[in-house]
Amino acid sequence: MNSNLRKKYWQSNLSYVTILLSIWFLVSYGFGILWVEQLNRIRLGGFKLGFWFAQQGSIYVFVILIFIYVRLMNRLDKKYDLDR
Amino acid sequence: MDIQTWTFIIVGLTFVLYIGIAIWSRAASTKEFYVAGGGVSPLANGLATAADWMSAASFLGMAGIIAFSGYDGSVYLMGWTGGYVLLALLLAPYLRKFGKFTVPDFIGDRYYSNVARTVAVIAALFVSFTYVAGQMRGVGVVFSRFLDVEVNTGVVIGMAVVFFYAFLGGMKGITYTQVAQYCVLIFAFMVPAIFISIMATGNPIPQLGFGSSGSDGVYLLDKLDGLMMDLGFTAYTDGTKSTLDMFMITAALMLGTAGLPHVIIRFFTVPKVEDARKSAGYALLFIAILYTTAPAIAVFARTNLMETVQDTPYNNIPSWFTKWESTGLIAWTDKNGDGKIQYAPGSAIDGKKPLFIEGNGAYGQRLISNTSAGKNELYVDQDITVLANPEIAGLPNWIIALVAAGGLAAALSTAAGLLLVISTSISHDLIKKQFAPTISDKTELRIARLSALVAVLVAG
Repeated sequence: MNSNLRKKYWQSNLSYVTILLSIWFLVSYGFGILWVEQLNRIRLGGFKLGFWFAQQGSIYVFVILIFIYVRLMNRLDKKYDLDR
Repeated sequence: MDIQTWTFIIVGLTFVLYIGIAIWSRAASTKEFYVAGGGVSPLANGLATAADWMSAASFLGMAGIIAFSGYDGSVYLMGWTGGYVLLALLLAPYLRKFGKFTVPDFIGDRYYSNVARTVAVIAALFVSFTYVAGQMRGVGVVFSRFLDVEVNTGVVIGMAVVFFYAFLGGMKGITYTQVAQYCVLIFAFMVPAIFISIMATGNPIPQLGFGSSGSDGVYLLDKLDGLMMDLGFTAYTDGTKSTLDMFMITAALMLGTAGLPHVIIRFFTVPKVEDARKSAGYALLFIAILYTTAPAIAVFARTNLMETVQDTPYNNIPSWFTKWESTGLIAWTDKNGDGKIQYAPGSAIDGKKPLFIEGNGAYGQRLISNTSAGKNELYVDQDITVLANPEIAGLPNWIIALVAAGGLAAALSTAAGLLLVISTSISHDLIKKQFAPTISDKTELRIARLSALVAVLVAG
């Protein structure tokens, strides 16, 4: 692969990781810690929403994030013919 | 049958299973010993990684920590799983792409430096030895609690089993035993949780159960918050740590988790980078099943404890209480002499552990010498939460035995993964790469097995 293509591949790779890690930060540090009190005023059934994010929601989002990453990267590898 | 007989049977069966798998999957080359030949399917690797990653602390300790710290305990849930996301997105695929056996290998080759390689080896050895000693302690504690043997005897038995399959099978043996260990540990964790969730709320899914209401129509979490505030505690869902503490502790746990050497090494076992990514996804999915159940168990256990003991006369207390009191992990000191248990914030004792003295009190309770000045009369070791929970909920003996087998599976699988890091670091990164680059594959394999033996002896 020439260096131009390689650069493009790496840029897409970086932008995927940046977006996914922003969501990672938002649901754990954001919803679970920094804004937990504001979110706790909202109820989700028997849960206060902030507490729910800290002990349940963030983990569900983490799992989804990794599977999205797998899909995006595998598609990217195919596009640049890197999947061998 | 009593709990001890059941434990002997179930733990014995699981050990036979692990050893059988080890014999079936013996390693014949260094590639099989280090990375299972690089031919593990993503699903199997996901299962093995989950067992590797979840230690005795995740299985036995975490629900208890959360039960006694409420919202503050979230740092462990977010920290450990969030750190795994960093590992899966920032480390695992790139290390796999580089195509080497070990992390020190990557560092040494990437930075063209044998010094860097040696530093990486030392770091990996230091982390692994510290961590494996903790796992072995966990094995010893489970053995002593349930099978009435000394903690040290338990450690020796655990070491022998781990050594057997790490020695024979290397990464190949470890991978397939870890797959079996994941199944044992998740079954052992979920069965009591589902039963208790049904009993508390009628909902069989614990993750939903602890956000539901009990037979009185009050949401379980609201009831627990109320119970706690009545006794002077902070509400369960609010916690006591400052936002800054929560933030920094979570960050520290995440960064530590992302660097665990025995987890990173697992991603070298799959055939392609694509498979490394996929197995990282499967692994977190399997980890999340336990990690989202633990906070539910925590809420059920804490509510159960508070409702059972508060203002209950010691003479009417259920038998699990006195049973754990006899092991020294629960203690009651009757400060106001009314014969009833009063539970309040603050420690019931001075120091960390209750110091028991000869003789019994007016109600038959064990006497302790380090009673504290506060109002609280109850000491509970938080580590008993997972082990005592099925008893507290009145579940049958075989389930209690199953939990013991699950705790052992969690500890042994992590210990085996770490032992492999140790033996690989010594035989491959130190001896082959630094001192004797010309040794044959066969000799290297023999050295790897020998270092596994030394590692077991040192860690034990």
